[in-house]
Amino acid sequence: MQAMFANAMPAEGMIGGLMIGLSAGVMLLGLGRIAGVSGLAARAAGISGDGAPRSQAIAFILGLPLGAALVAWLSGPVVARFDQGVTALIIGGLVVGFGTRLGSGCTSGHGVCGLSRLSARSLVATAVFMVAGFATVAAMNAFGLGQ
Amino acid sequence: MMRQIAVALFAGAVFGAGLAVSGMADPQRVRGFLDLFGDWDPTLAFVMAGAILPMAIAWRIQSRMAAPVVSPRFALPTRRDLDARLVVGSALFGIGWGIAGLCPGPAIANLAIAPAPAALFVAAMLGGMILHRLLPAAPPAQTVSEARRA
Repeated sequence: MQAMFANAMPAEGMIGGLMIGLSAGVMLLGLGRIAGVSGLAARAAGISGDGAPRSQAIAFILGLPLGAALVAWLSGPVVARFDQGVTALIIGGLVVGFGTRLGSGCTSGHGVCGLSRLSARSLVATAVFMVAGFATVAAMNAFGLGQ
Repeated sequence: MMRQIAVALFAGAVFGAGLAVSGMADPQRVRGFLDLFGDWDPTLAFVMAGAILPMAIAWRIQSRMAAPVVSPRFALPTRRDLDARLVVGSALFGIGWGIAGLCPGPAIANLAIAPAPAALFVAAMLGGMILHRLLPAAPPAQTVSEARRA
């Protein structure tokens, strides 16, 4: 009999999650800022005029691939299956970029920082993007667009 | 100034490393979580739980601090109103997240793991952010002011 959720990685997920929470804690207590990746990315790219000082936003954004590369270097290749195709990457990217700016945040700002603060706005945002994500994948599967 | 940049770089690196360790750099694993009615992969829920735990403690510490350690003051969101932009924007974000299996953090971290497809997604994402900026009469996306001491 096959175990339930055979592909799940609860231990790695928990450890990686603790690292993400620690990082967000360093941003909050060290710099007094929310570790919201969409906002910091917009700031770093010069698209958003408000938020963290641009030098800090650029440093945080550069750190993301740096940290991922460090893990790959220390523990071998990091699995990243990009099977979604070029169209899905472009449409998905456009909608994620537009939506995160309109909704003032993404998984990190609303999901991690906002939920832990019990922010009503972040609770609503997280519930909405989770349900929208579930519905999108279900609809894509139903229409034979599953990956 | 240099200390603040160093702290931000450190935080970004720990965040990116956490994404890689947790399996969240893998778009198919993220889509596995969003595939609630299929072969559901709950890993993302463990990541969220793991991340929220230290942050909940950090918020409690923050409420007792007058200022952050290496910055003159806290600059945190203060808005409490639920508006249409929050809901519509989050819904759009969730749709894009489901289509590509990527949200902003893992997409940018993946520039080091799978550079070509990640760069394509990130370029499109920045394009979407620029489109939003061109929206007429868009109020500031986030109201930030000095956080009150709780």
